[in-house]
Amino acid sequence: MTTITAYTSHHSPEKGLMRWIKTTNHKDIGSLYLWFAFIMLLVGGAMAMVIRMELFQPGMQLINPQFFNQMTTMHGLIMVFGAIMPAFVGLGNWLIPMMIGAPDMALPRMNNWSFWILPFAGGILLSTFFMEGGAPAFGWTFYAPLSTTFAPDSTDFFIFAVHLLGFSSIMGAINIVATVVNMRALEMKLMDMPLFVWTWLITSFLLIGAMPVLAGAVTMMLTDRNFGTAFFDAAGGGDPVMFQHIFWFFGHPEVYIMILPAFGVISHVIPTFARKPLFGYSSMVYATASIAFLSYIVWAHHMFLTGMPVAGELYFMYATMLIAVPTGVKVFNWISTMWRGSMTFETPMLWAISFVFLFTIGGFSGVMVGIAPADIQYHDTYFVVAHFHYVLVTGALWSIIAATFYWLPKWTGKMYNETLAQVHFWWAVISVNVLFFPQHFLGLAGMPRRIPDYSLQFADFNMISSIGGFAFGTSFILFTYIVIDCIRNGKPADARPWEGAKGLEWTLEPKAQYHSFNKPPTRELIKQESQNS
Amino acid sequence: MSKLTSYLGSLIAIVSVNAFSEYDFNMTRGVTSVSRDIYGLHMMVFWVCVAIAIIVFSIMIYSLMVHRKSQGAVAANFHESTKAELLWTGIPIIILVLMAIPASSTLIDLEDTSKAEMTIKITGHQWKWQYDYPKEGISFISNLKQNSKDAIYSENKHENYLLEVDNNLVLPVDTSIRFLITSNDVIHNWWVPDFGVKQDANPGFINDAWAKIDEIGTYRGQCAELCGKDHGFMPIVVDVVSKADYAQWVLKQQIAKAAILAQSRKTWSDKDLTSLGKKVYNTNCSSCHGITGKGIPGVFPALKGSSVATGDIKKHISIVLHGKAGTAMASYKNILGDADIAAVITFERSSFGNQMGDLVQPSDIKSAR
Repeated sequence: MTTITAYTSHHSPEKGLMRWIKTTNHKDIGSLYLWFAFIMLLVGGAMAMVIRMELFQPGMQLINPQFFNQMTTMHGLIMVFGAIMPAFVGLGNWLIPMMIGAPDMALPRMNNWSFWILPFAGGILLSTFFMEGGAPAFGWTFYAPLSTTFAPDSTDFFIFAVHLLGFSSIMGAINIVATVVNMRALEMKLMDMPLFVWTWLITSFLLIGAMPVLAGAVTMMLTDRNFGTAFFDAAGGGDPVMFQHIFWFFGHPEVYIMILPAFGVISHVIPTFARKPLFGYSSMVYATASIAFLSYIVWAHHMFLTGMPVAGELYFMYATMLIAVPTGVKVFNWISTMWRGSMTFETPMLWAISFVFLFTIGGFSGVMVGIAPADIQYHDTYFVVAHFHYVLVTGALWSIIAATFYWLPKWTGKMYNETLAQVHFWWAVISVNVLFFPQHFLGLAGMPRRIPDYSLQFADFNMISSIGGFAFGTSFILFTYIVIDCIRNGKPADARPWEGAKGLEWTLEPKAQYHSFNKPPTRELIKQESQNS
Repeated sequence: MSKLTSYLGSLIAIVSVNAFSEYDFNMTRGVTSVSRDIYGLHMMVFWVCVAIAIIVFSIMIYSLMVHRKSQGAVAANFHESTKAELLWTGIPIIILVLMAIPASSTLIDLEDTSKAEMTIKITGHQWKWQYDYPKEGISFISNLKQNSKDAIYSENKHENYLLEVDNNLVLPVDTSIRFLITSNDVIHNWWVPDFGVKQDANPGFINDAWAKIDEIGTYRGQCAELCGKDHGFMPIVVDVVSKADYAQWVLKQQIAKAAILAQSRKTWSDKDLTSLGKKVYNTNCSSCHGITGKGIPGVFPALKGSSVATGDIKKHISIVLHGKAGTAMASYKNILGDADIAAVITFERSSFGNQMGDLVQPSDIKSAR
């Protein structure tokens, strides 16, 4: 093996603001992504608070229906494109080089660019609030023709923002593929890779496949709106349902883009606190790949009511039900990992266990909405709202919070306040169920989604849901405090703060050095830290 | 502590009395064979999920209780088993196949609209429903009732708030009815939970669905696809009546239609036109253009001082009749009668500060059609 000269870190971080603007370091960029995602989470969360306040009781009290639609639309867009996706890219940036024994990402300058597009894209999207006609009000799914012929001029800014967000995601994904393929320690085989790296690698291919389709959809919208085409207008030979096919061909993989890295995180946390190797490592990898493959061939289950031929409905129903199989495999593997372990319940483990419970509930309602005839009654009701919040809030967001507590000692070299963090956990996990569980009942009783006002029989559950919403919203004040308190005043953490933790990242200094691995780790070390033991 | 328990107790009491006694928190069983099949499927899948949940969560909770370090548990080291993986791949597949069989037959049945005895055409508009009985020659618009509109911003909400309309759809009981569903502008969705009918209304395309309703009664539903500002304010109310009552209702509608036709032949006074026009405006136009004619800047144009409402009258008539391509302005040719259109144009040209003062007669509209 050729010797690599271990050069001293001749470019330790610059001082001041320029460090963050010019940085090409994966840790700095990871932090930028995470802070951006957190700010967007608060912005999108504030919109959710407005929604829950308006829905607190029947009648219009605070805002008008048009603004309500702007709130639901922007809440969805910001949470999906501004909070969850960037948070996972941030985690990927921080963790992947450390986990595969690399010094940094493969394409550091592109990494800088793909982050710095985001604040501008987000800014353009938010600026539509101040334009004539207001922000997008056609739902985060922006179905034509409501988003084309019937939308205000500000929609063109929305289209541009979606394009930018797409560029950023595609570049982020290319970077992760290039990093995992080229920067992985020579001695690390594919089946040695930690599951977080595996899930992100597979997610990257979903991003690279799906985001251009979204770009196509918004480009067709743009030309329909401004240049006289009629892709989605029946009067010109187009078809509004085609928009939905294109959108969901992107949109369904998008759902898995937001959950596969979450599976990766949970597959790290549970073995650590069970002090037992991950059960079924290779079946976890195959299950992830199967879910990713299936995600491309089930899109029209979002469209059972559009007037599809019955053969189409049958196919999409069967394909959708299949997804339950690999997802179930994952849940069974996690439980088998816990089985006969020696468990302790530090904060990351609490989030991971509640993830398994609550994500599974979201999975059950997922099977229910996948049954095409029954979906007639569920479609576009609060049952669906409850379903996707169980998988995206208590699924994707839960894993991000679990990851934050799990790796915070490695990021900061300090320990968070365990007592406060557990208080925060119980506060959040109780309130989130008060918030979303009654929405199942609302949907079954017949309350459509995206309505600013409702008839009296929905009043009680809406009030309960709103109370849960306010409690859940305020829990993030405590979360913010815990994280900042850890960064500022946390007690020094060990290099391996969790007794059962495995992974190359824990072999680094307590606060991971600026460049992770200047020398690739040895085969022995890789084997010793591998999840596939 | 006792304070807390008493508070929790009263909270549970409030919830159980108010929430659970007054209405269902489960899906409706409905009044058609399709809705009952759907309900059956829903309950079957629900109980299967509950059973799986009980098994899986019990194992997990047992493990959480017993296999903890504080209980002195020592970690085992097993980490794979091909047998186990095959087992928990295979069993779910069998369960899913068993669920798919009844789901498929229900789906095939509810998509088959070929046995219908009568047809209703349903057209979605921003934010109202139009019902056509093609054979009987009946057509009308169904708007949110004024009672509900008035209650939106008031403290007092009455029964059926937001679930009542000015013109109910009337259907005969025990008759196979085919619904042809389409839209005039954006995508809407016609949903009556009790019928198990929920179908997108796509502009430029016609979807179908069917129902054979078993019980006489009034059934309520709502638009179930985001269709813009007043998506939450376009309910559906269906009166299902006996076949004899239905025949009588049809006759009454046809007589009323003849009377409206006669009205449109006479010459109207300024006062009559404006007062009818105000009514027509508030029902059909005000949700976009505003009660005071100011519209919503950037979304819906104002009529106050607009070039159309204060310009050439022929253009004004043409826009109301044919709509404006590429915008949300719909064609009212088939929605409103001659008298209504004449009245509303007269009203728009002499209201909101517009002072054109010209009268439009139903005969002008008839000739412009």
